[in-house]
Amino acid sequence: MNPVNYLYLAALLFTIGAVGVLIRRNAIVVFMCVELMLNACNLAFVTFSRMHGNLDGQVIAFFTMVVAAAEVVVGLAIIVSVFRARHSASVDDASLMKL
Amino acid sequence: MSANLAAYTTSTGEAFQFWVLGTVAVLGALSTVLMKKAVHSALSLAGTMIVLAVFYLANGAYFLGVVQIVVYTGAIMMLFLFVVMLVGVTAADSLKETIKGQRWLAAACGLGFGILLAAGIGNASLKDFAGLGTANSAHGGNVEGLAALIFTKYVFAFEITGALLITAAVGAMVLTHRERTERARTQRELSEQRVREGKHVPPLPAPGVYARHNAVDIAGLLPDGTPAELTVMQTLRKRGQIRDVSNEALSDLKALEQRSAERLGREEEASR
Amino acid sequence: MENLIALLIGAPLLGAAVLLLGGRRLDKSGHWLGTLLAAVSFVIGLVLFADMLGKSADDRALHQTLYTWIPVEGFQADMAFQLDQLSMTFVLLITGVGTLIHVYSIGYMEHDERRRRFFGYLNLFVAAMLLLVLADNYLLLYFGWEGVGLASYLLIGFWQHKPSAATAAKKAFIVNRVGDMGLSIAIMIMFTTFGTFTFGPVLAATGEASEGKLTAIGLMLLLAACGKSAQVPLQSWLGDAMEGPTPVSALIHAATMVTAGVYLIVRSADIFNAAPDAQLVVTVVGAVTLLFGAIVGCAKDDIKKALAGSTMSQIGYMILAAGLGPIGYVFAIMHLVTHGFFKAGLFLGAGSVMHGMNDEVDMRRYGGLRKYMPVTFITFGLGYLAIIGFPGLSGFFSKDKIIEAAFAKGGTEGWILGTVTLIGAAITAYYMTRVMLMTFFGEKRWQDDENGRPPHPHESPRSMVIPMVLLAVGSVAAGALFEFSGFVEWLEPVTGFAHGHSPISAAAVTTATIAVMVLGVGLAYVQYGRRPVPVVAPRGSLLTRAARRDLLQDDFNHAVFVTGGTHLTRSLVYVDHSLVDGVVNGTAAAVGGLSGRLRKLQNGYARTYAVSMFGGTAVLIAATLLMRAV
Repeated sequence: MNPVNYLYLAALLFTIGAVGVLIRRNAIVVFMCVELMLNACNLAFVTFSRMHGNLDGQVIAFFTMVVAAAEVVVGLAIIVSVFRARHSASVDDASLMKL
Repeated sequence: MSANLAAYTTSTGEAFQFWVLGTVAVLGALSTVLMKKAVHSALSLAGTMIVLAVFYLANGAYFLGVVQIVVYTGAIMMLFLFVVMLVGVTAADSLKETIKGQRWLAAACGLGFGILLAAGIGNASLKDFAGLGTANSAHGGNVEGLAALIFTKYVFAFEITGALLITAAVGAMVLTHRERTERARTQRELSEQRVREGKHVPPLPAPGVYARHNAVDIAGLLPDGTPAELTVMQTLRKRGQIRDVSNEALSDLKALEQRSAERLGREEEASR
Repeated sequence: MENLIALLIGAPLLGAAVLLLGGRRLDKSGHWLGTLLAAVSFVIGLVLFADMLGKSADDRALHQTLYTWIPVEGFQADMAFQLDQLSMTFVLLITGVGTLIHVYSIGYMEHDERRRRFFGYLNLFVAAMLLLVLADNYLLLYFGWEGVGLASYLLIGFWQHKPSAATAAKKAFIVNRVGDMGLSIAIMIMFTTFGTFTFGPVLAATGEASEGKLTAIGLMLLLAACGKSAQVPLQSWLGDAMEGPTPVSALIHAATMVTAGVYLIVRSADIFNAAPDAQLVVTVVGAVTLLFGAIVGCAKDDIKKALAGSTMSQIGYMILAAGLGPIGYVFAIMHLVTHGFFKAGLFLGAGSVMHGMNDEVDMRRYGGLRKYMPVTFITFGLGYLAIIGFPGLSGFFSKDKIIEAAFAKGGTEGWILGTVTLIGAAITAYYMTRVMLMTFFGEKRWQDDENGRPPHPHESPRSMVIPMVLLAVGSVAAGALFEFSGFVEWLEPVTGFAHGHSPISAAAVTTATIAVMVLGVGLAYVQYGRRPVPVVAPRGSLLTRAARRDLLQDDFNHAVFVTGGTHLTRSLVYVDHSLVDGVVNGTAAAVGGLSGRLRKLQNGYARTYAVSMFGGTAVLIAATLLMRAV
C-alpha cells in the first residue's frame, strides 16, 4: 500500500467535515466538524512528513494542535456566552446581518 | 522486501490496519455530521480521533500519536462534552433543513471539492516516499527529533503559540466570567424582598405530581390540572426540557375507563 | 488728439455710473449732471471734428488703444477705438441729438420720481452707442451693441409698473437676441476665416475669402441689422417699444440706436461688396420693410406708433441704400443723419402734444391744436415737411438721392427698387399728412380725463421747446448742408463711392418724387382734411385692419414661433419623460430589481455565507489545477 492513501483519507475526512459545517445548525456540532477538518489536515501533515523523510510536517501538526486547543477554548466560551444570552446554540438564530 | 520496494509501499499489516481503521474513521466522521444529538456526535468524533492517533503512530509520528490521544480525545473532546452537558444533553437537533437549497449546494460543493482534492493528490507525482527512519534516528528518536526542531528552527513559532494559549485562556475567562457587582444577598434579605414585592411570599412550590411523578423536569399541577411551569427549575425551563404530564393523567383515566368498560362488558356477556 | 476718444465714451459712462450708484442724494441734481456730461461728450466730439477737418482726406482716421482686452494667444481683442469720418458722423449725431434730448427730458420727466435713474440710463445708452460706433473691432462693437440693447431694454421698460411696458421691454430684448445671435455667429465665422476681428485686417482680407463664406457673414450681419434696426422679419418689437417715455422713443427708437444696423452694414461695406447675393437680400429686406412700415404707419391712431411705423419705413430706405453698394452707402448715411434730425424732432413734438393733452396718444382725440401749441406746431410742421421730402428741406435731398441710386442699380432690379422707393415716398407723404391733419387741424375732439376735467392744451416749458426748435432747424438745413458741403467726399475715403448710371435722368426722378409726394398729400387731405375725422375708428378695409394689427406680424410670430416653440418643447418634454427618463428609470429599476434579487442572497445566515466561501475555494482550486495542467 502506498501512503498516498492516507492523503485520500485526509481529503475525505476534510470534505465530510466541511459539509458538516455547512449543514448543521447546532453551533457545538459545527465546531466539532471544524475540529474534524483540522484533524484531517494533521493527518495529511504527518503523512507528508513520512513521505519527505523529515520532521517538519510533524512540527506543523503539533502547532496545529496547539492552535486548535486555543481555538476550542475561545470558541466554546463564545458558545456558552451566546447560549446564556439567547438560550439557543443555533447558528441560524444569529441572523441579524441580513437587511 | 527489498529496499526498493520499501520506497513506495508499506507493510501488508499496515495496509490491513489502514483499510479497517480508515473505514471506522470515515464512519465516525459521517456519524459526527449526521447524528441528531450533540453527545453522539461528540462520541463519534472522539472515535475518529483515536483512529487518527493510531494512524499517526503508524506513520512514525509517535509523539503526535500520544499527544493526539491526550490532548484531543482527553482534553478537547471532554471540553466539548462538558459544554454539551451545559447546553443540554437531551436536546436533539432537527436535521430538517430550513434554508432553501442549502443542503444541495453544500452537497454539490463538498462533492466538487472532494473530487478536486483527490484529483490534486492523484495529479501530484508521489510515487515514492522517504520514510522517517533516518529523520527519527538522527537525534536519537522521534521525540528528540521534534524537540530539536521546535527549540531551534521553530522556536519563535513555539513561543508565539505559548502566548496564544495564554491569550485564549484569558479570553475564555473574560467571555464566560460575569462580574458580580454587589454582595450576594442573604437568605433573609431574599425573603424580605419577596414579602416586599408581594408575590411568592411562601417558598416556590416543588416540582412533580406527587403520587405519580416526582422528577425535577415535571411541572406540578394546579388544582384545575394545568401544569405550573414555575415549579420546574430555571435551567430546565430555559432549555425547554419540561415534561408535560398533565394529559397523561387524562389518558390514563381514559384507558382505565376503557379497561373497566371492557371488563364490565365481558362480565355482562358472561352473566348473560 | 487720439486720447480724447476714450473721454468721448468716458464722460457719459461716468455719468451713468455716478447717477446709478450715487443714490437718492443725487435726485435733486442728477439730471443736470447727466445733461452736462452728454454735452461734454458733444463738445469733445466737436473738438475732434474740427481737428479732423484740418487734416487731409486720407489721413483723418484716428486710433486709440487703451489696453488688450482679451490677451489670449491666437485670440486677441483690444480695447481700441477707431475714429474715422463715418464714426465722426455718428458721434456728432449721437452726442448732438443726445444732448438735446437730455435737455428735453429735464422738462418732460420733471414730475417723475425716478428721473435720476432715467438720466443714468440715458447716459449709459449714449456711452454704449458711442462704443458701438467707435470700436475698432467687431468684438468691441458687439460689446457696444449689447450695451445699447441693455439700455434700450431698461428705457422701454422704464415705467415698469405698467405691465404693457414691462412686456414691451421683454419683447424688444428677446427679438433683439435673435439679431444678436446673428452678429455673434458672423463674428465667429469671421474669426475662423480671417483669424481676427479687427476692422482693418478683416476688411482688407475680404479678397482672400471664398464668396460663400462672405455671403454667410453678410447674411448673419444682416440678421443682426434686422434685429437692431427693426427690419422685416425682426421688426415686431419697435411698435411696442413706444411704451417707453417719449424722449427715449426719439433718441433710441428713432434717431440713433435703430440706425446701428445701417452702420453695421456700411462699416462692413467691403464684405457686402464681395458678396452680391447678400447685398441683394439686403435690398430686398430694405424694400419690404419700407413698404411694411409705411402701410402700418397709415393705419395707426396712436401718434407714437404711427411715427414708429414711419421710422421702420425710413430705416428701410437706409438699408435699401446700403444694399445698393458703393452707389448707396453715402446716401444711406446721409438719410440716416437727416432722419435723425427730423424724426427726433417729430417725436419730441409728439411728446410735447401728449404733455399738453394729459398723455393722450390717440390722434382721434386731438384736433385743432395749432392755435394752442404754436411752437410745437411749427417745429412739428417743419419736421413733417422734411420727412415727406418737401423741396429744399433735408428729407428731400437725402431721399431723392436714394431713389435715384435705386434706379441706378440698373436692370429690372433697379426699376423694381426705384418704383418701390417712389411708392414708399407717396405713402410717407400720405401718412405724415394724416398725422399732421388729425393732430393740428380740424375740429377739437378732445376727451375729458378720468376726473372729468377737460384737457388744457398749452405750450411746453422752455427746456422742451428749445431742443425742438434746434432739431427743426436741423431738419430744415441738414440736407442742403450735406448736399452743398461735400458730404459725399467726406465719407468717400471710408465707404467708397461710385456714380450710378440711372436709366432715367436725375431731374425726372426729382420730378417724380415731388409728384408722388403731392399725390400722397392730396389723398390724405381729401380723406382727413375735407371731412371730419370720426372719433371712433371706422372698421376699415381688410388691409386697414391688418395694418392696425401691424400687418399681423405678432400673429405670425405667435403662430410660427410661439406655438411652434411650444409644440417643440412639449415634444421634447415628452421625449425627455418617455425616452430619457425611461432609460434612466429603466436602468434604475433594473438595478433595483437585481439588487432585490441579490439582497435575498444576504439572508444573514452564516451558513449561506460559508457555502459561498466553500464554493469559491473549490473554484479557486479548480482554477489552480487547470493552470497547472495547462
